[in-house]
Amino acid sequence: MSNYYDSKDLRKFGDITEWSEELGEKFFDYYGKVFEDGALTAREKSLIALAVAHTEQCPYCIDAYTKDALQRGITKAEMMEAIHAGAAIKGGASLVHGVMMMNKVNKLDG
Amino acid sequence: MKKEKLQSLHKRDSELAKANKQLEFLSNGIFENGDLPKFAEKIQETGNFPLKPKKLEILQINVGYMCNQVCSHCHVDAGPDRKEIMTWETMEQCLDVIKNTGAHTLDLTGGAPEMNPNFRRFVEEASKAGIKDFIVRSNLTIIRANKKYYDLPEFFKKHNVHVVSSMPHWTRGKTDKQRGDGVFDKSIKALQELNAVGYGMPDSDLRLDLVYNPSGAFLPSNQQSMENDFKNALMEDFGIQFHNLFAITNLPIARFLDYLIASENYEDYMYQLVDAYNPAAVENVMCTNTISISWDGWLYDCDFNQMLGLKVASKVKHIKDYNEDVLNDRNIIISQHCYGCTAGAGSSCQGSVAE
Repeated sequence: MSNYYDSKDLRKFGDITEWSEELGEKFFDYYGKVFEDGALTAREKSLIALAVAHTEQCPYCIDAYTKDALQRGITKAEMMEAIHAGAAIKGGASLVHGVMMMNKVNKLDG
Repeated sequence: MKKEKLQSLHKRDSELAKANKQLEFLSNGIFENGDLPKFAEKIQETGNFPLKPKKLEILQINVGYMCNQVCSHCHVDAGPDRKEIMTWETMEQCLDVIKNTGAHTLDLTGGAPEMNPNFRRFVEEASKAGIKDFIVRSNLTIIRANKKYYDLPEFFKKHNVHVVSSMPHWTRGKTDKQRGDGVFDKSIKALQELNAVGYGMPDSDLRLDLVYNPSGAFLPSNQQSMENDFKNALMEDFGIQFHNLFAITNLPIARFLDYLIASENYEDYMYQLVDAYNPAAVENVMCTNTISISWDGWLYDCDFNQMLGLKVASKVKHIKDYNEDVLNDRNIIISQHCYGCTAGAGSSCQGSVAE
């Protein structure tokens, strides 16, 4: 394995079904349904996916949902704001554990 | 950094200005080594080979490749340097055909069709033929390019012309990136002027439709949702109204092919097109109901085949010999660029062709 990530592998995502047909198909049916218009629009879901792609740091997902956003006419400013929303939660998730640290300090050394 | 002004492939003496070089490129590499199926193989799989015409509905006439703009993705490779302009003699041959055709739509395109010196005379004569839908594809900026064009909205109105105009996005940045600096502001002004004479109003018979094509190496999204986004943004920001949006896929030919190769997006883009192949779109692809006529009177299956120099496979090849029955009994010429019309919801000069 010369590279852990190859952008061409994204095209092969559907191939996962070959080694486990039922589960693969169920996953892709579910996946397709999730991103249809519902209580949220497909456009809103695309921006959520883009933000999560970044918090998960998944290169395939960043590739796919950047393209998806462009296809939907989503602007650069909207895309960057979505990423900031993800980053803020990611940062906040780290920082809110500071309360745990503070509780421990107060218990041990209060 | 100042952006270099774009020139046509012809002006740059690019190899890709030659149609045979484009066709060669589209048959090599991933299509030659079998990574992707050729278009003929693909439509064979779905029982659509050979592709045959259905009833003729649209006569599309390209009155010249000269244009006041040099858009980055132009499939015509149009620009101010292009001198291919339809003569009045050829226009007269077209008028004879228009008077007798069974087609319900006449579609004038270019370049900027308004730059043909006989454009107005031709529209005046053609509008007398009583064709149901008479389209002029106007790039909008031509209306603001010179005083002699300022009255075009009134002229279009007088002849009940259906105006179809390109608008890649509702934001300045994306529009100017694709169509040139200042194009967005001029297009907005032109749309407001068209609205002012009644074009695009909800209950108006003066049809104003916009054409959206992606600004880069990606496919268009759902036509209806793009139309909603365009309508909301153009109304909110500029008070502009229009009827429908046609979402069109960029075909990998001419300047868009050049862009795909230079930006190293060619392979990925072709994979996207092939992956999105939709047999339902093949059923309604525009070459099955259209004849495209070039500035010099030659006949083609579509405007894209015209740019690739692929004349119709028929005994009748020129407008002077036009015969609808003979023409309709032909096989449509295909190559890998045709994947652009069959991806997703499909693509045509009238927008999507499938659900």
